[in-house]
Amino acid sequence: MKARRYAYYPGCSQKGTAVEYEMSARAVAKELGIQLVDVEDWSCCGSTPAHTVDHLLYGALAARNLAIAERMKLGTVVTPCPSCLIAFKSALAMAQNAETLEELNELINLPFKGTITAKSLLQVIFEEIGVDVLAEKVEKPLTGLKFAPYYGCILTRPPGLAQFDDAENPVSMDKILAALGAEVPDFPFKTECCGAAFGLSRRDIVQTLSAKVLEMAEAIEADALVVACPLCHQNLDLRQDQINSYRGSRREMPIFYITQLIGLALGFSPKDMGMDKHAVSSEDVLKKWEANLKERTE
Amino acid sequence: MRIGVFVCHCGTNIGGMVDSHQVAEEAKQFPHVVYATDYLYTCSEPGQQEIQEAIKGHALDGVVVAACSPRMHENTFRRTIERAGLNRYMFEMANIREHCSWIGENKEANTRKAIELVRMAVAKVANNVHLHSSLFDVNKRVLVIGGGVAGMQAALDCADGGLDVILVEKKSSIGGRMAQLDKTFPTVDCSICILGPKMVDVAQHDNIKLYTYAEIEEIAGYVGNYTARIRKKTPYVDWAKCTGCGLCMEKCPSKQSFDYHNEGITPTTAINIPFPQAIPKKAKIDPEYCRQFTKGKCGVCAKVCPVGAINYEMEDEIITEEVGAIIVATGYGLLNIEELGEYGAGRYPDVITGIQYERMLNASGPTQGHVQRPSDGEEPKRVVFISCAGSRDVSLGRPYCSNFCCMYIAKQAILTKDHIPNSDVYVFYIDIRSPGKGYEEFTRRAQEEYGVQYIRGRVSRVFPKGKRIVVRGVDTLLGGQMEIEADLVVLATAATAAPGAEELAEKLRISYDGYGFYMESHPKLRPVETNTSGVFLAGACQGPKDIPASVGQGSAAASKVLALFSKDQLASDPQIALVNERRCIGCFKCVDTCPFGAIEEKELRDGQKVAHVIETVCQGCGLCTSTCPPGAIQLQQCTDNQIIAEVEALCQAWRERSSG
Repeated sequence: MKARRYAYYPGCSQKGTAVEYEMSARAVAKELGIQLVDVEDWSCCGSTPAHTVDHLLYGALAARNLAIAERMKLGTVVTPCPSCLIAFKSALAMAQNAETLEELNELINLPFKGTITAKSLLQVIFEEIGVDVLAEKVEKPLTGLKFAPYYGCILTRPPGLAQFDDAENPVSMDKILAALGAEVPDFPFKTECCGAAFGLSRRDIVQTLSAKVLEMAEAIEADALVVACPLCHQNLDLRQDQINSYRGSRREMPIFYITQLIGLALGFSPKDMGMDKHAVSSEDVLKKWEANLKERTE
Repeated sequence: MRIGVFVCHCGTNIGGMVDSHQVAEEAKQFPHVVYATDYLYTCSEPGQQEIQEAIKGHALDGVVVAACSPRMHENTFRRTIERAGLNRYMFEMANIREHCSWIGENKEANTRKAIELVRMAVAKVANNVHLHSSLFDVNKRVLVIGGGVAGMQAALDCADGGLDVILVEKKSSIGGRMAQLDKTFPTVDCSICILGPKMVDVAQHDNIKLYTYAEIEEIAGYVGNYTARIRKKTPYVDWAKCTGCGLCMEKCPSKQSFDYHNEGITPTTAINIPFPQAIPKKAKIDPEYCRQFTKGKCGVCAKVCPVGAINYEMEDEIITEEVGAIIVATGYGLLNIEELGEYGAGRYPDVITGIQYERMLNASGPTQGHVQRPSDGEEPKRVVFISCAGSRDVSLGRPYCSNFCCMYIAKQAILTKDHIPNSDVYVFYIDIRSPGKGYEEFTRRAQEEYGVQYIRGRVSRVFPKGKRIVVRGVDTLLGGQMEIEADLVVLATAATAAPGAEELAEKLRISYDGYGFYMESHPKLRPVETNTSGVFLAGACQGPKDIPASVGQGSAAASKVLALFSKDQLASDPQIALVNERRCIGCFKCVDTCPFGAIEEKELRDGQKVAHVIETVCQGCGLCTSTCPPGAIQLQQCTDNQIIAEVEALCQAWRERSSG
């Protein structure tokens, strides 16, 4: 297999709340022949706080990281986090304007050309590895499990910037999960908002919006939700307890990162994939899976 | 040479931002200029009179008018100087309005620019030569492409005016979109009942030759003398024998063909007649589904056909027709529903399009006029209409309004209440656009008399919930989100250019806009003409429009053709390319370059081959002149020498200014 090398920007969540995303992302990438070379001395991408305050500063924070990544001459920077990705793509779009590019260069005091490509890890797996190769590599198929793929708001949007999958009806995770052997019903709330950063300022909004996503996943009888975004995971998993008390429900819906499930199917152990890091236990789902596997092999 | 310069003020249009008087004074200094003046409205009768008097009084042999764009008044002034005895091509216009006063904010700089523009025009007219049009014969037959209501109206009007008409329709029956409709707004007339007689008129008119199930292969020639190659697709049925009895349809064992007339709600047989009122009422075979073609055996239709019309060996036929003018009436297409991911379109069976709903309402439609959910066949109790599904949507690259959806939604909402009296009907809308005669009254009737609930706001998502479909949108008047659980959702999908519109435009050499709709020659004043002489537009191929507007345009296009054909001969424009045969090296780059096929190879008496321009085909675009390596081909009235003279005049002005 052709070795693929990319500059890798983990983003802050990977080091904290989404440590299981980081573990599984790195392991899966390695297994699939994707070499992730860390961007040295990386800093905050800007994220929501920056772009709500100052658009140019938002661009500059991302541009600093992109400038370092450009120096690595690998052509593409990969991040698992959609929020970092959109920050990078925004900065690269701003760099199309010569005047803005000059301002950004002045602000970061590093040579930034705006020529690097930014992609999500999901996009690399989906477009460059492909579901066919993935299906071939499956050792322990996710047979008998039903997943609701949840893309959130910015993985594919705004379409002009994201340039990936269908903006309103994305299918990349659906196809990946199907390739892993899972059952993927039509999930109507694929791109609904989970409440995102309102978890800090208006918790009621997150509790309402994330609850709707969870309720829909339950309505289509999914065993679990699958995400590719640390913030979605945080709202759906970490705050599931809060949502339950807010809505008077008693749901326990495990939330997986897509890379965790790819890892499981490729043969990694649940522990290697950080399954024990979730707030909502995935034990029952994993037991069901193991029983299915056993039945299959017998 | 004795040149006169006339500078227009155009009220304050030019006068406000250019010192027209100063321009005229400066012009007096230019070479060959013997007379210059300025006037408030040069295009007015006294303005033109002044030009004619000056031509006589000062023995002028060339005229420059500095005013608006030549697209406005070039012809006016050409006629003016012709009436005063000059050759009409001894005239140039300096555009000091669109190119100068309207765009510059500095009056002094504008005036300087105007002076330079006039100076260039003077230098050009000093190099103009007398040109003369030649006359050519007109073939008084007209080709109408598209047999919808606009094309039918155009064909009938031309035929009634005594012209021979060739009507070409892609489908196997004429009638177009209107034949698919159940009712028409705002009168709620039965659509086929008012269209049917017109279709019969077309079929029975002595002057109309009808080719259905046929497409344009190629168009060559020019106004007055077009040649059309038409592909008659094979129906695998001998239409001379077919009586349209329909027995073959009854017996055909393959029932999987896409039913275009019914918008695919239910499939149809592989051999089919599209609808009971079809004209011609003839069967055709869809070889994609016919077992004789897919499996190599069946032959049921051939066995049952009482007149032996079935012929599986039949092939496409190419026909050539000579015509003098062409009316394009190819209609519109509809946005592919699957592009609307947020409405679950294409994924949820109970989310359908307006035209599908229309077929469902129709008594001869796939459900015999009973409204049914495609998923389970049940009668819906709550129907939600979503307007602007893909229209007025910048994110989908379609910012335009589809024109007729507000009205047909109102109609379908009323019909829903008629068909299912105890139903709830909702309409999500951005604005209600009902500017036609009786239209506003109609949409109000839907709301006030029929109790249709209009909700001002857009829908963000449509998703299934059990057997029902939830429509989530915003009510901008109440200022909140709302969800409606519906049984059926109808999308007013955007009208698009007809499939294949761009390819046909290339064949016709007419222009189209970014959406694929054909461009009229002038949006206000030449709405049915194109920039290709002898090609006219009618109906929704030019932009979405409803039935009365399409019929109006059909008649308008016909009247344009009748006016064109009122003369036996037409005058050609002499401003065309001309080959200097002594200079031509016979490389024929020009032949490859010419977009109109106007240049051919010609053998001289000594056997040498040179390029030759067909006078009547050349449109004077000038592409060949910039391709020709030795400069042997020159566009009359825009020769290299004339362009150099203009540049020279401009440089002279700058030299004078920089030297003080």
